[in-house]
Amino acid sequence: MSDMIRATGLVKRYKNTTALAGLDLVVPEGTVLGLLGPNGAGKTTAVRILATLLRPDEGSAEVAGVDVLADPMGVRSRIGLSGQYAAVDEHLTGFENLEMVGRLYGMSRQKASTRARDLLDRFDLVDAGDRPSKTYSGGMRRRLDLAGALVAEPPVLILDEPTTGLDPRSRQQMWTVIRDLVSDGTTLLLTTQYLEEADLLADDIVVIDHGKAIARGTADELKSQTGGERIEVVVADVARLDDAARALVGVAHGEVQADPARRSVTTAVEGDGAGRLMQVLQALRDDGVELLDVGLRRPTLDDVFLTLTGRAAEDDATAPKTETEKEVRS
Amino acid sequence: MSTTRTSPLRVATDGWVVAKRNVIKIKRVPEILVFVLLSPIMFVLLFAYVFGGAIDAGAGLDYKEFLIGGIFAQTVVFGATFTGAGLAEDMQKGIIDRFRSLPMSRSAVLVGRTTSDIIYNVLSLIIMALTGLLVGWRIREGVLDALAAFALLILFAYAISWVMGYIGLLVPSVEVINNASFLVIMPLTFVSNAFVPLESFPDGLRTVVEWNPVSAVTQAVRELFGNTSAAVPVPDAWSMQNPVLYTLLWVVGILIVFVPLSVRQYRIASSR
Repeated sequence: MSDMIRATGLVKRYKNTTALAGLDLVVPEGTVLGLLGPNGAGKTTAVRILATLLRPDEGSAEVAGVDVLADPMGVRSRIGLSGQYAAVDEHLTGFENLEMVGRLYGMSRQKASTRARDLLDRFDLVDAGDRPSKTYSGGMRRRLDLAGALVAEPPVLILDEPTTGLDPRSRQQMWTVIRDLVSDGTTLLLTTQYLEEADLLADDIVVIDHGKAIARGTADELKSQTGGERIEVVVADVARLDDAARALVGVAHGEVQADPARRSVTTAVEGDGAGRLMQVLQALRDDGVELLDVGLRRPTLDDVFLTLTGRAAEDDATAPKTETEKEVRS
Repeated sequence: MSTTRTSPLRVATDGWVVAKRNVIKIKRVPEILVFVLLSPIMFVLLFAYVFGGAIDAGAGLDYKEFLIGGIFAQTVVFGATFTGAGLAEDMQKGIIDRFRSLPMSRSAVLVGRTTSDIIYNVLSLIIMALTGLLVGWRIREGVLDALAAFALLILFAYAISWVMGYIGLLVPSVEVINNASFLVIMPLTFVSNAFVPLESFPDGLRTVVEWNPVSAVTQAVRELFGNTSAAVPVPDAWSMQNPVLYTLLWVVGILIVFVPLSVRQYRIASSR
């Protein structure tokens, strides 16, 4: 068995919308696939189909060699699912939650209890283990939920936006935990809205939009496609925006985007980002353009979307507003 | 999803695990129980003292004596709303996704909920019996008959639990469940012999009352507790002549219909 997840032509329609419009996914054993896309792109629908929670209208899928439609029970015993909304019972303690999950996997009381203690230990929840989980912080709840997905040591793990809504510190903790898991050889399907997260955790990335894959590849391939690092310059006087844009054109790899509302111009650069940035700064100084802020940053999901689809990711929650952007042709 | 049958043993153990979870919640939030257990006390006192003087239970029979059997039946029917509300609440929580992604029995969430609600019904019967004894109700037959009466009430409660559980899965939110179930519960309990004697109903309605399962439970427990009077003859309807058997038939019938219906609805509701 070389592919642990294989989905072909998944289609799911709701009354007024098409959540999935023919999605194919392949995750080879021991690898991590990052499913990257904005809210409403179809990530959760895909996850729910693979986890047997939802039936596709068309298409087929196999998880760990088991057909999700023909043998959902078989799939359930081979996967661990941790969702966007922590699936823990708030009235139960961390220990009780994990023990219950173990029992429902068919473990003996003894084994479920031992396993629960092990997991609490591993996820740094020992002190909180005997407190009702409603007293937990958001990060602790997610860790408990992830622990729940690991109770039966499943060969395939499916994580639906494991860090959405977490504060930066909890997010870091979660990343460490997930990386440890992956290094143990678990096959992982991970959905995320953050390119940074996919970059950090995934071997391969599938970018989806409107229920369809719009790009596939490794993080590096994707980044070179979308232009790698970005230089962003914020000018003090909006009248000098065009001058600043001209300074960027010289180093730009692709288009230069100007946003008058934020008084900023942005562009992707290739290769030595820091060197390019110095070049831009020199040009701006020579030209006498006063700056408020300047920076070199990695591309975000929004940048990927702009490059791939020519429009912003349609998620107002995470993406910066881009309606006001106008393009300056290079 | 296609059906993968789980063994009855697995249904029982999974159901037990879920029931345990529900009981832990009652332990952690005891307020839930306090208020649902207070309502039967209120009913006993209201009916005994407000309507007690106005309703004539029949020659030689004290109304309070007559009333308690009816209150028992009414309370277990009302109590089933608890099952509906519990399931409706469960369905909105993320924990359902966890349950659904586990290789557990599909009916375990329902079996667990209806099982844990038996505890609630036992508690409310105990409280009602004590309140009844305080206002003058007495058990006049043997201990075994009395135990049989309580067992019959629990069985009936269990069956009604599945009906309300089904309604709980149909409604979109917990807020709706109380109103929705009242539409079923109020006529069911008031168009019965629970509070007023059968003879007081007009002819057409009386037939409905005679065949209402709540009337049968009430009649059965009144007989088993010895809260009847020779001066008030039992109606000729078969259901009233054989109230225990008739009640048991209803219990079986309800379970045959509503267990599969609820399991199916659970599947639909949880895969939205």
